[in-house]
Amino acid sequence: MNNNLKIREDIDDRKEKLVKFIDEKRGKGYNKSALMSVLHKAQEIYGFISTEVIEEISMCLGIPTASIWGVVTFYHFFTTKPRGKYIISVCLGTACYVRGSKRILNKLKEVLGIGLNETTKDRLFTLEAKYCLGCCGLSPVMMINDEVYEKLTTKKVVEIIKNLKAESEVHYSEIN
Amino acid sequence: MGNTITIIVNNKPYPVEDGQTIMQALDKIGFHLPRLCYHPKLSVEGACRMCIVEVEGSNNYVTSCTAKVAEGMKISTNTAELRKARRDILELLLDSHPVDCNTCERNGNCELQDLARSIGVKIRQFEGEKKQYEIDLSSPAITRDPNKCILCGRCIRMCSEIQGVNAIDFTNRGFDSTVVTAFNSPINSSVCINCGQCINVCPTAALSEKYYTVELFRELSDSKKIKIVQIAPAVRAAIGEAFGMEPGTNMEKQTVATLRKLGFDKVFDTQFSADLTIMEEGYEFLNRLTNNGILPMITSCSPAWIKYAEQFHDEILPNISTCKSPMSMMSSILKTYYAKKIGADPLNILSVAVMPCVAKKYEAQREELKIDGIGLTDIVITTRELAWMIKSAGIDLVSTKGEEFDNIFGFSSGAATIFGVTGGVMEAALRSAYELYVGETVVDIEFNELRGFKGIKEAEIKMGDKNIRVAVAHGIGNANAILEIVKEDPSRYQFIEIMSCPGGCINGGGQPYAGSEYIALNENLLEKRASVLYQIDRSKTIRRSHENPEIQRLYKEYLERPNGPKSHKILHTRYAKKSPRGVVYNGKM
Repeated sequence: MNNNLKIREDIDDRKEKLVKFIDEKRGKGYNKSALMSVLHKAQEIYGFISTEVIEEISMCLGIPTASIWGVVTFYHFFTTKPRGKYIISVCLGTACYVRGSKRILNKLKEVLGIGLNETTKDRLFTLEAKYCLGCCGLSPVMMINDEVYEKLTTKKVVEIIKNLKAESEVHYSEIN
Repeated sequence: MGNTITIIVNNKPYPVEDGQTIMQALDKIGFHLPRLCYHPKLSVEGACRMCIVEVEGSNNYVTSCTAKVAEGMKISTNTAELRKARRDILELLLDSHPVDCNTCERNGNCELQDLARSIGVKIRQFEGEKKQYEIDLSSPAITRDPNKCILCGRCIRMCSEIQGVNAIDFTNRGFDSTVVTAFNSPINSSVCINCGQCINVCPTAALSEKYYTVELFRELSDSKKIKIVQIAPAVRAAIGEAFGMEPGTNMEKQTVATLRKLGFDKVFDTQFSADLTIMEEGYEFLNRLTNNGILPMITSCSPAWIKYAEQFHDEILPNISTCKSPMSMMSSILKTYYAKKIGADPLNILSVAVMPCVAKKYEAQREELKIDGIGLTDIVITTRELAWMIKSAGIDLVSTKGEEFDNIFGFSSGAATIFGVTGGVMEAALRSAYELYVGETVVDIEFNELRGFKGIKEAEIKMGDKNIRVAVAHGIGNANAILEIVKEDPSRYQFIEIMSCPGGCINGGGQPYAGSEYIALNENLLEKRASVLYQIDRSKTIRRSHENPEIQRLYKEYLERPNGPKSHKILHTRYAKKSPRGVVYNGKM
């Protein structure tokens, strides 16, 4: 199968999923009040919230696009830009910070070639900062998706990224 | 509203009605608390905290715009602590405001500036972090400067609650909050319909019209051009306010005189082309009525309404009259018939329009209005811009001796004058349509059921064998409601007038800012402006458009017949669906 075609189908699948979720909510009598959970679902499905998705939600829930845009930009959890397969959250909380997490962050920036809250061109990595992940005893720490990486050094960081890159054969670059 | 209760304000008892907010009660007994986000016609936001009072038994200050009065409530409005708290709140706003009052458009007419004075901000303690946003100059009609925005949210509520357009909302949070269109796109490519009502309720200069005054001053000094200006009916009803005159003063003749002083060669009246509109629209209506055309027919004078319909209701476009607006009809005639008559190159004619309207700036740029590639209205300025130009040129409007409009497009009927107020176009159309259809004169030409500021007005007129039901809506929210009615029952009305601005053109987005005595949308203010137009109408001997002898001559010499092929080429236009980003939902809340 042609690669582009596969991507297309993938996208339609996602839209179907979202619309189904909205229909379920509406079936239970929720309309405008379902916005937050619909946005969470949309981000879960797509990884980010695009203008097209906002227009779709606007139509389904009867909420003006300007208002949805307001909600999406109000909450830090939502992102309007595509994010990577691996979300790297470096802890900059006090304990990690005094134990050198700033150096870890800088190393990551250097290795990945991106700044904070940016995503690599191949859509593999997104770099974010968090303020205390609650495991100060393991500091400095970072999380990649749901996994915690402890007692980091710059050397370790380079190794981790290298492994993830090798592990990841599927490139997400064109899906969205 | 309920029973009378007693509240104690600053240790004195006052009887007030139950069920209202503290602010409403205090307003009526003579305490005007400072306020920024509150507007009586919009929902209550409680965001600015300027209207705080002390209420005995409450640990915190109470925002008087949200809290209701209660029996025996003890309220203090002016304690030392309150004064300090209010001053602190205001200073925090000023800290991140540009405070560039000297060069600001609203210097002298800014609610933030006024409050700084009355609350007594004497010294500035801190210099806060300033906002650094680009000014949005993308739209030909509306300019947005987020740096001056104090986030009161009046514009957002105006856009959604009264106009139902929902073009803007808050985005981001905290210090990064701004008011933006969906997806933070430039106004030009958003769903904004350019009505400009947001400008009228903005307490600062965060929103304003796009200025063309510098360009116009430059053009006025070009001796090679034939400089022609037209003024809309509503301009004369309000421009005096910008010069400190009592609202409701008719400034028609003085305005004509000052326009000549500014350097215009000819001063014409948009009311002439309003008469022309009635001829075209009236015949178009009769044509639709007798030949089973698409009904109800809807008026097309209001450019913001047109953009709204093109975006949100393209199913209704065939119902909208194909007539250009009076402004564009005048410019069409100037660049064709008039240019030929005076032997001038149309490109050498500068056609300027003074309008109460911001959306007319947008209309003037519409490609489909052009005739043989020639643009019609070259520059549109608002009533406010004209007031500034007059002051800037050192002309004394108030004591200038009045003058008459120039021939031949300066003569108009009373019907044309009332175009400037909601219901006026319909009333004018009925005055002529009745006669043209039935063949007899209407005895009572004042249609009182179409006057006043009720959101939707209806009337039924017996025209010969037909019963004509008409409706009038002003404000896009009301227009939307009428469209809903039409969708349910397409044969309910035959003719509908829609104006985008509440009250009609007299309350256009380009009219002088309401003074200290009034606030935007105040009905007494609108009534006073409307009374000017109704008075002019009553004072005229010719009060029906088709009796205007200059109009009759224009048809004889040039246009041949109303709604004919010639007039269709010159005076009519077309509409097309528009889909800027964010148009998926039409805003019915």
